[in-house]
Amino acid sequence: MAGGLVVPGEVVDGRQDAPVGQFSAAIRTRGLTKRFRGGQVAVDRVDLEVPRGSVFGFLGPNGSGKTTTIRMLLGLVTPTVGEVEILGGLIPGALGAVLPQVGALVEGPAFQNYLSGPANLARMDAADRTSDPSTARRRIADALDRVSLTSAGSKRYRAYSLGMRQRLGLAAALLRPRELLVLDEPTNGLDPQGTREVRALVRALAADGLTVFLSTHLLAEVEQVCTHVGVMRTGRLVTAGRLDVLLAATAPRVELDTTDPEAAVRVLDGLGLSSPRVRAGAGAATVSAALDGIAVAELAPALVAAGVGIHRLVVVRPDLEELYVSLTGEGFDVER
Amino acid sequence: MSSGRSVGARFLRSELRLVFGRRRNQMLLVALAAAPVLIGVAVRLSSPTSAQGAPGFVARISQNGLFLVFTAMAVTLPVLMPLAVAVVAGDSIAGEAHSGTLRYLLVVPVERTRLLVVKYVGIVTYGLVAAFVVAAAGWLTGLVLFPSGPVTLLSGDTVPYLDALGRAGLVALYAGAMLAGLAAIGLFLSTLTEVPIAAMASIAGVPVVSEILDAVPALSAIHPYLFTHWWLAFGDLLREPIATAGIRHGLGVQAVYIAIFGALAWARLTTKDVTS
Repeated sequence: MAGGLVVPGEVVDGRQDAPVGQFSAAIRTRGLTKRFRGGQVAVDRVDLEVPRGSVFGFLGPNGSGKTTTIRMLLGLVTPTVGEVEILGGLIPGALGAVLPQVGALVEGPAFQNYLSGPANLARMDAADRTSDPSTARRRIADALDRVSLTSAGSKRYRAYSLGMRQRLGLAAALLRPRELLVLDEPTNGLDPQGTREVRALVRALAADGLTVFLSTHLLAEVEQVCTHVGVMRTGRLVTAGRLDVLLAATAPRVELDTTDPEAAVRVLDGLGLSSPRVRAGAGAATVSAALDGIAVAELAPALVAAGVGIHRLVVVRPDLEELYVSLTGEGFDVER
Repeated sequence: MSSGRSVGARFLRSELRLVFGRRRNQMLLVALAAAPVLIGVAVRLSSPTSAQGAPGFVARISQNGLFLVFTAMAVTLPVLMPLAVAVVAGDSIAGEAHSGTLRYLLVVPVERTRLLVVKYVGIVTYGLVAAFVVAAAGWLTGLVLFPSGPVTLLSGDTVPYLDALGRAGLVALYAGAMLAGLAAIGLFLSTLTEVPIAAMASIAGVPVVSEILDAVPALSAIHPYLFTHWWLAFGDLLREPIATAGIRHGLGVQAVYIAIFGALAWARLTTKDVTS
């Protein structure tokens, strides 16, 4: 765990202040609730558990309370009710001891407009009373190198493109060895190459043993890098757990192409598959139904016996996107 | 190095570099420095007879250039200097909130109390530097345009030039201290908004209101408690011996305002939800 981003020979300062608790979760909340003035409940009794070493995808539509939750994790917003524990330390009491080990990107990057990228990082590092000034220059160069931003040089932040700003934000999160990274939409504004780079970076950091808490809208990204997910909807955490377990628990469906959909539906109904649906296509129609525990091996003989011509028959497991939509609703049904 | 790390001197140095490196803040200092130059040139060009009738320090400038320091201070302290301080103070917290850098400083982490202290020291330092910039510009302009030599004080005593120059330094120090109360008010107002320009405008209005109240005779009962009331008491430094009553009142009133508005700023920022 102590491996992190430590460059060989570098002193990991501040580490001794860290609350001990190798076996505790990186993030744990209990009954976390935020009611803003005006009565709006942005976050509603959220119990979150992010295991150490996991890459946790934090999902949910806009306005579902993700950002408010992240702000409460970092001590920016005070919960109305509930507890937050980061790296074993209770927030807000342990903020000073814990935050030096947390790199964060919250709702997009923000830096001083009139300073260059390196000067901005130097300012962040100077603000950190637990960081070692003698290694600042090298750590800043390393962080910029890690996000491929070394060429920006003395350019002022205000002249940076959105992608460069995002990279600088990531560099700030990597200014010193961390235990936990909280990244709120880190690929926002990046081109496809940049997105791939960030994905590779997150993978590399996770391989080093860091815990990464990743809030994003890009489900493909989550499927590729995350070990765990949590899904928010209207302030509630509607599901959370290991990604493979969640996907395995979803109901598999059978999908077949046929020229005689009515007959196929009759057969599937007769076998006890629930709510078969027909989708018309060119030449053949597609019929799909939830398997409901019926063995796939029974399907084909029954269909053939009924004289249904089958062009294709497959068992489909819903992917993350389908799982996500089933949990958070379809389309533009804005709920607040 | 270890002591520097424990008090966070690095962050303070970084803050001062930010305040004084900002071109807008530099231009404000240049504008302040221009005031004594303009006054000096105007007095030099005007006929001696018209200067004779001028009030206060102005009449003495043509006799001794050092009085340009005191004239410039009396002219800039009520209006221009508070304006410059209002810009820096308004930007202090509201500027960081506006650009979103506040959330990143807090996550570093910078404890909120420490952030307030560093920001406050930054504003006060800027006010002090502003006062010394005016003093230095006045002194140099006076040296170039007017005679120098032993200075006749307001009390009629004549002191050596270097003695009077020391008093000019004390005047700048006092002016800087007089801006510390406004700096605390400004720090507090800056915690109330995420719009720096709104904070700047309201801070700039505060000394104006105070000076208006100070000019209403019916309100004489509250005059001693106005934070601008003793600002021009620096004239007492130009007497032999130095009259300290007004100076001490001035410093005391500033201390009270610093305590009150420092506490308000602390109460506000330490309980604020940072959603910017």
